[in-house]
Amino acid sequence: MVHSYEINGTKIVLDSESGAVSLIDDITFALLQALGDRIPETEVLPQELADKLPQFSKDELQEVWTELLELKKEEVLFAEDPYEAISKKPFVGSVVKAMCLHIAHDCNLRCRYCFAETGSYDGPRGLMSAEVGKNAIDYLINASGHRKNLEVDFFGGEPLLNFEVVKEIVRYAREREKDCGKNFRFTITTNGLLLDDAKKEFINAEMVNIVLSIDGRKDVNDYMRYRVDGTGSYDTIVPRFMDMAESRNQDNYYVRGTFTRKNLDFKEDVLHLADLGFKQISVEPVVSSPDKDYMIQEEDLPILYEQYESLAAEYVKRKKEGNGFNFFHFMVDLTGGPCILKRLSGCGAGHEYVAVAPNGDIYPCHQFVGDESKKMGNVKEPGLDESISQFFRESNIYTKPACKNCFAKFYCSGGCPANAVQYGGGINNPLPLSCALMRKRLECAIYCTVMQQEAENE
Amino acid sequence: MKHIKPITKGTLKETAKKGGCGECQTSCQSACKTSCTIANQKCERA
Repeated sequence: MVHSYEINGTKIVLDSESGAVSLIDDITFALLQALGDRIPETEVLPQELADKLPQFSKDELQEVWTELLELKKEEVLFAEDPYEAISKKPFVGSVVKAMCLHIAHDCNLRCRYCFAETGSYDGPRGLMSAEVGKNAIDYLINASGHRKNLEVDFFGGEPLLNFEVVKEIVRYAREREKDCGKNFRFTITTNGLLLDDAKKEFINAEMVNIVLSIDGRKDVNDYMRYRVDGTGSYDTIVPRFMDMAESRNQDNYYVRGTFTRKNLDFKEDVLHLADLGFKQISVEPVVSSPDKDYMIQEEDLPILYEQYESLAAEYVKRKKEGNGFNFFHFMVDLTGGPCILKRLSGCGAGHEYVAVAPNGDIYPCHQFVGDESKKMGNVKEPGLDESISQFFRESNIYTKPACKNCFAKFYCSGGCPANAVQYGGGINNPLPLSCALMRKRLECAIYCTVMQQEAENE
Repeated sequence: MKHIKPITKGTLKETAKKGGCGECQTSCQSACKTSCTIANQKCERA
């Protein structure tokens, strides 16, 4: 399907099925808006379309029509969808290749919006033992078949509360990978309160990515992210995060924030992080039940759309001035990126990606940990609950009715399964609010990428 | 072309022929953890 839109005065058309992107002028934009999703293959512009656009001359409209037909032939516009058939095939043989290790179900912060119930995941607070962690490594090696690259994310709660075990697990995996022909890629997510030089050194030696949690401006961050005694975290973590970012040459990390209804002007938080000097930034909408006073509501969408578009304009401007930064949700590779099979399947929760609780219990992803109905096994024993695995594996953009007429489907892969199960209408019915934000982010991401490319060509 | 300026012709269809090796990064291991963000992942074979 074709999606034409205007953002910050620039008109763009995306052809979802081919992934082609074009810049268009006013008359093309008007014609595409009037045309809808299909183009009749008549060489002459249909009169009823000309009648809908009396502000343009018929000769000009015919010029556009001829260009549209040419691009259809080249499959740059109105490309057919050949993917539904393969959506049923590719994931039958999927294997577990990525794990989120909940190394600590405890936390030294008490963040208001925490989806993990401030670290405990609705269960007892506790730390993963080295034995369970090593079992998880063995499980992953055995479950991953021929896949070489294996990913382990140390997550929590706060993983630095249990850092000696993190080190032990990493050392164990490094010993085993040599014999097994595997390549472990470790990542860690931290609130930074316990970050010190020794941990930094280990993390920089072993972890391909680190996610540093901070929401932005001091008042915004400290309202949500405070210690057990109620004091905010901003003043402690900012210098440590800046040091960590510099020590990694401003690459292979993210400062990662959450915005809520309490800071709908989140653009200011993104720019605050950029002004502090961070070059890799991700700030994402809160995930929560709709009854929380900080949860984003449908009525907030207009201001959030304005924020994303305004951020996109500033993002492009700073890149052009040589003072740019990367914003996770504005990064899209229009000439490559993941293959269509990856785009159909999404995150792989429940069959390629699983989360492991401190006691070794396996869940489809970190957002399901503690939900006993989704418990899939334990790392001490091989195998996964096949019915739960199948439930996730069989879901893709062609099993989700809302994706059928959505231009973003090959970019979000039908959205977050956990979000759909927990707050939407089930795994095949994503939450409309999440979809609305995703669509706007994609529009902005394409805009930013196109504008950067155009600037480079100037 | 006078009215339309193609920026990229798109490669999705091509990737159907050789994709699916599964060696690429799992999206939630990057930064998101809450939003399925696939399109900014890299292809391991690129």
